Amino acid sequence: MPGWKRPEDNKLLGKRHTRLDGPIKVTGKAKYAYDINLPGLLYGRIFRSQIAHGRIKSIDASGAEKMPGVKAVIVNAKVGDVMRYQGQEIGGLAAVSSDVAEDAIRAIKITYEALPHVVHEVEAARPGSPKALETDPNVQQMEKTGKGDLDAGFKQAAATAEGVYSCAVRAHACLETHGVTCNWDDDKHLTCWASTQHVGGVHGDLVNHFKLPKENILVVTDVMGGGFGSKFGMGYEGRMCAELARKAMKPVKLLLTREEEHLGVGNAPSAIGKVKIGATADGTICAFEAHVYRSGGVGQENGPMPYIYKVPVFSVVQEAVKMNTGPSRAWRAPNHPQSSWIMEAAVEDLAVKLGMDPLEFRLKNDPNPIRRQEWKEGAKLIGWERRNAKPGVGTLAGTGRYKRGIGCGAATWGGGGVPGAECRVTVKPDAAVSATCGVQDLGTGSRTLVGLIVAEELGLPRKAVTVSIGHSDMPPGIFSGGSVTSPSIAPPVKRAAEAAKAAIVEVVATKWGIQPDDVDMADGKAFQKSDVNRSLSFTEACALLPAAGISVLGKWDAKLQQNSGVAGCQFAEVEVDTLTGRVQPIKVVSIQDGGVILNKLTYESQLNGGIIQGIGMALYEDRHMCQVTGRMVNANLEDYKLPGAMEMPEFVPVAFEYPEATGVAGSAEPAVIPTAAAIRNAVLNATGAYLYEAPMTPWRVLTALKSAKGGTQV
Amino acid sequence: MSDEHKDSVTKPLPEVSRRGFIKGVGTGVAATATLMTGVPESGAEAAVQTQVMPATGKRLKGVVRVKLSVNSEDRSADVEPRTTLLNTLRDHLDLTGAKKICDRGSCGGCTVMVDGRNVYSCMMLAVDAQGKKITTVEGLGTPERMHPVQAAFVEHDALMCGFCTPGFVVTCATLLQHNPNPTFDEVKRACAGNLCRCGTYPRVFEAALAAAKSMKGGA
Repeated sequence: MPGWKRPEDNKLLGKRHTRLDGPIKVTGKAKYAYDINLPGLLYGRIFRSQIAHGRIKSIDASGAEKMPGVKAVIVNAKVGDVMRYQGQEIGGLAAVSSDVAEDAIRAIKITYEALPHVVHEVEAARPGSPKALETDPNVQQMEKTGKGDLDAGFKQAAATAEGVYSCAVRAHACLETHGVTCNWDDDKHLTCWASTQHVGGVHGDLVNHFKLPKENILVVTDVMGGGFGSKFGMGYEGRMCAELARKAMKPVKLLLTREEEHLGVGNAPSAIGKVKIGATADGTICAFEAHVYRSGGVGQENGPMPYIYKVPVFSVVQEAVKMNTGPSRAWRAPNHPQSSWIMEAAVEDLAVKLGMDPLEFRLKNDPNPIRRQEWKEGAKLIGWERRNAKPGVGTLAGTGRYKRGIGCGAATWGGGGVPGAECRVTVKPDAAVSATCGVQDLGTGSRTLVGLIVAEELGLPRKAVTVSIGHSDMPPGIFSGGSVTSPSIAPPVKRAAEAAKAAIVEVVATKWGIQPDDVDMADGKAFQKSDVNRSLSFTEACALLPAAGISVLGKWDAKLQQNSGVAGCQFAEVEVDTLTGRVQPIKVVSIQDGGVILNKLTYESQLNGGIIQGIGMALYEDRHMCQVTGRMVNANLEDYKLPGAMEMPEFVPVAFEYPEATGVAGSAEPAVIPTAAAIRNAVLNATGAYLYEAPMTPWRVLTALKSAKGGTQV
Repeated sequence: MSDEHKDSVTKPLPEVSRRGFIKGVGTGVAATATLMTGVPESGAEAAVQTQVMPATGKRLKGVVRVKLSVNSEDRSADVEPRTTLLNTLRDHLDLTGAKKICDRGSCGGCTVMVDGRNVYSCMMLAVDAQGKKITTVEGLGTPERMHPVQAAFVEHDALMCGFCTPGFVVTCATLLQHNPNPTFDEVKRACAGNLCRCGTYPRVFEAALAAAKSMKGGA
């Protein structure tokens, strides 16, 4: 079976293509789960624990049940159940409007026997602090690894750097909150419009929960408003909505409120890394020691450490810290940005100590041949030679209030696909071409990719292919997590398109009485290779098909994806206001390979998005917990600060293409990994101030400036 | 933990309802408005008055019929007085382009044009939107006949998941109505009231500037 053509041989693939669903999204016609309106629709809400830790003493939902306009109330939690974080689900209700549902939530009276809580990582790790979970200690070792003799390793060091580098818990903050709209035709047939990253996952969960035949439940995700790793299964909200809808026998829409979105459906764990790293005089890392704490609230996740660079001798201990906050969930490149923050900061500080150019230092210790090219390319694009030779000292930094500097960081990701997805391509005698695959489009552009691949194979303009995605009764898609979507769906789509092409070629060859391998298709035509003057238009060729047309199914082929790893790096230029401590990113270069790139326009958008979310991690995003009440202080979008228009730098997104690429690789995750560290290192280069904590708020920057030698005194 | 603290978390927290707050504000505004529909509190239950009544300054109650001019059409909906313009558009008129994201005026996802100005429709009551000219993202263009701003958004890939996109589209269209020649910084500033999570800002800026150019060319 053929592989991907080289970029220069493609008509469509690898070029810049706007999205097929762009027009419906920009005109408000796209219907998200939140937008489904049905006759008699009810509005669902979940009621949740208002305290961080405590035993339920009583639940009185009668106030809600009696309220006019309330059509169903379901209580799941029982008296005596222990609530382990603010926002843990207790029950749900459905009412005739969202306002009435809100009234009903307020009418539910729940009392608790408060238990001592702990909502801060450092507090939780302190001996004698309250236990977040009754069953487990707050600190649990997840990993203990090492290689070589650490003492001997550090003995070779000409310089060492040490620090405690930490970054905060961040919210996914999906703009379309988690949730679904459910409609039961009867008590055995359910349609569920879901805001999800995995149509098949939601479908499977609902089938299992309601114990119904697969074909009785239809899950629909035509479009969805952001997930970033937090929206895989039906979730409590999906299950509750379906149950409320069945109880009321009316359609119910249950999308979380903004506050619930912050509390109950995931976050990116924080990380605190105590690190020591050493290098020999020529700039080779010789030893590395890290003790890392990661807090996923009542959940837990581990991450890679050491990260990216070749470390011959190391010792790593990683521990999970439990606390009374909502469980973490996968967050775009789970735990890599945190590891990058810790590792890249330590590497930068070591390079400074050695008096070595940090880029030269990285090139010396980075084993990845592709990234080594990217480092050099990126350095040109940012103008690395402009950087201050010493932190805080140079032309770029200047001597005034505003100081500029440049920093960098690296990314890595697997990038491969997984088996399971299928795609059906049909061609009718009237030349109508359609491609169908149950995959969802998170905004990454997967719908558009499906159409592009089919159009490329059949030699058609891209809009000639009707694409249908996102329904559970279609050929199975794949989950959109770990950047697997493109490498998982591109192979079956291509194989289906090839089979469709072969079928058309066959009927044309038969008509002409020649061998099929003498027929090809391009530019909207089928033609004879040995006599290019002999051709049929695509429409004429399709007219030769049997009356029913053709319908072919394409399956996974590992050869069309690439799991050799994605490499990337980023360079950031920032300006630090030394009077206020505000950091403004000026320009960010993100350069990253992605195997065979299918759509450069949407690929670049992924790189931009990664940078912006990385800026959030670097400068703004921080979940604040009140230690006294155990509640989240900023469960909203005004105090939980997302990067906005005014914070945007100049963007230089670069798709790094190389001739050895043979398969499609995912690109979304690595794009977010190194931005925060690159900005941190740029702040150091600008001011000489060492920042250890993300986000680098003005207060933290001013504190670091104060302690930096040569920094502005405040 | 002290008992005092225990009490503080077990007692029901005092709740100030934002709706209640807006309702108060809204009634105040309505009192001075020249057009208003609804029944005063004394008008007992959910009687629906179709006649446009002069403002009484009395508190509205039950269900009121609001008459709205949306996308150059006269529409009406029977809503509670506390119902926001956003909920009215989305839940009663099936105009779901404006998105409910924060529901408290911090994200811009529900931006609509009201008398030629950008308004967060989650922060305006439907009763207060009467007599005003409302344009939603659906009123700017259709997939077949897109507004230049919408076409530029598609062309420049100024959208990803697309959930914030209608808000940005309306924001930029309003900007260009008031300022056909915005600078890059003016576009940025205009977009400062809208949030995007996927990360479309740079291409939103590009699209707005491209639309400004194409609108001049086409005019």
